Amino acid sequence: MHGLNAMEIKASLWVMSNIEILFRLLPEAVFDTLWMTCASSFFALLFGLPLGLLLYTTSSGNFRQNLWIHRPVSVVVDSLRTIPFIILAAGMMPLTRIVVGKAVGNEAMIFVLSVSAIPFYARMAELSFRGVDKNLIEAVRVMGATRFQIIWEVAIPEALSSLIIGFTVTVISIVAASAMAGFIGGNGLGRLAISYGYQRYNPVVMISVIFILILLNIAIQWFGDRMAHKIEKIKGSDC
Amino acid sequence: MVNDSTPPLLELRNVSRSFLGEKVLDSLSFRIQKGEILGLLGRSGAGKSTLIRCINGLERIDSGDILFEGKNLSLVRDEEYRLIQRRIGMIFQYFNLLSSQRIIDNVALPLKLAGENKITRRKRAYELLDLVGLSDKANSYPGQLSGGQQQRVAIARALAYNPSVLLSDEATSALDSETTQSILELLVNLNRQMHLTIVLITHEVEVVRLVATRLIVVDRGKIVEEGSIKDIFIGPQSVVTRSLLQIFVPRLPKIIAEKINCFYGKDAIFEFYISGKEASQPFLNNLEAETGVVARILQGRFEFIQNEPIGLFFLAIEANQKKMDMAYAWLKCHGDKSELVGYV
Repeated sequence: MHGLNAMEIKASLWVMSNIEILFRLLPEAVFDTLWMTCASSFFALLFGLPLGLLLYTTSSGNFRQNLWIHRPVSVVVDSLRTIPFIILAAGMMPLTRIVVGKAVGNEAMIFVLSVSAIPFYARMAELSFRGVDKNLIEAVRVMGATRFQIIWEVAIPEALSSLIIGFTVTVISIVAASAMAGFIGGNGLGRLAISYGYQRYNPVVMISVIFILILLNIAIQWFGDRMAHKIEKIKGSDC
Repeated sequence: MVNDSTPPLLELRNVSRSFLGEKVLDSLSFRIQKGEILGLLGRSGAGKSTLIRCINGLERIDSGDILFEGKNLSLVRDEEYRLIQRRIGMIFQYFNLLSSQRIIDNVALPLKLAGENKITRRKRAYELLDLVGLSDKANSYPGQLSGGQQQRVAIARALAYNPSVLLSDEATSALDSETTQSILELLVNLNRQMHLTIVLITHEVEVVRLVATRLIVVDRGKIVEEGSIKDIFIGPQSVVTRSLLQIFVPRLPKIIAEKINCFYGKDAIFEFYISGKEASQPFLNNLEAETGVVARILQGRFEFIQNEPIGLFFLAIEANQKKMDMAYAWLKCHGDKSELVGYV
């Protein structure tokens, strides 16, 4: 899981052929990207979903309306989302150093990627929950459901396919951001594309990386769509 | 029939609610008795929805009291309120079923919320599906069912916790007339078999005409009319009721209405309503036999409102003062409404 040593790259720079570069560096780069993406996606889900629920339930007109919570949380979430990833990552370096212990490497990037993806997914999740029919929520409320039951028995199951689609979008944006992380000390495909494709203008590496990123995104999107579709299908939404 | 001496199931006393200074419910008072099918009729915007939301706790009231089985709803706490909410079943215009859950789980939902175990839930849900005639759909999803079937599921769900009253909020408004009919039949059966009290909130005159035993007409947050279906259909007192019943009450054909005047003509036209025992007689023959006056039907409607025959007619009688007086006396004696409309 350790990245390529900078010295190693320099030393091998002029002696490796394109094929050698791809064979030696690509598998590890792909692995690093997948690792960063999976871990960050996990945290995005773990913290983004509850945050989205909080935004949803406290929003005005909802069953736990509380603007004293909703407004500040909204401001924080939106502020984080306004900052471009690369600036957020650079600005967060001191914090990253405190939390992870260092400001470069996969683990540091996972922290930064998560911080950027959590508010993104929170908004996505909020949107999904808003898609749940208000009348349905009320119908269950008048059955004497507690707030927890409304969330657990109605909001989450009813919003599930939409939550999955939102999560797919989030994962893809994490893949994109993780590639950008190559600029500021992250490993993976982004690093490969920047050091070889961009700094040493090697079109073969550049195109290979782009190609793999596209394949990765197609695979993620396909998988997400399929899961969401399966849920929609059993509902028999033809009626 | 409804007995005023028994304690009401639900009682509203001077309930008011305003939104932005506009009174949506204006000092509303009425009672719902055990076992009746009460029709709450009103145009859209009359305050019906707000009324329901106040009863089931989605909306608070500004003043007044709502008593359910003797308990004042504004005085009970959250936990107890939930128990009361479970005693009030509800069905809605757009069914409000969980699209992600199987029919059986939809029906069992109220029991799940109440913390019943899975075996009890399943058993009860199957019984209820059987009751509404959908036991073969237990494992389907709501999206695979027709509107009428979904409403049946919603009814089964509303009954899961053995409520003492079923509130129907425009439950048939999204259904075609045939399906409406079958849903209403189901409701009437539930009322007879289980002595379930039903409140039908609707803007459809047809719905209350078919099943309600008592009718309350609401307009602008106030009760404008209250009484038995028959009385209200025969003699609506308020302008609102009259306009709501317009489609039901026959009117003079245009060709006659244009010619009619108050002074002179060959025929005198009477508006004549008859009901009950009188309506079961060959009344036009009786009129002729007892007074010698022959009456023709110009326009009319005869039907049964909850097993009671009702006839609403425009009759033409020869415009001869003596005959008219005799006919008028006879009609007045036997009918619910007899009025000289004019001459043609």
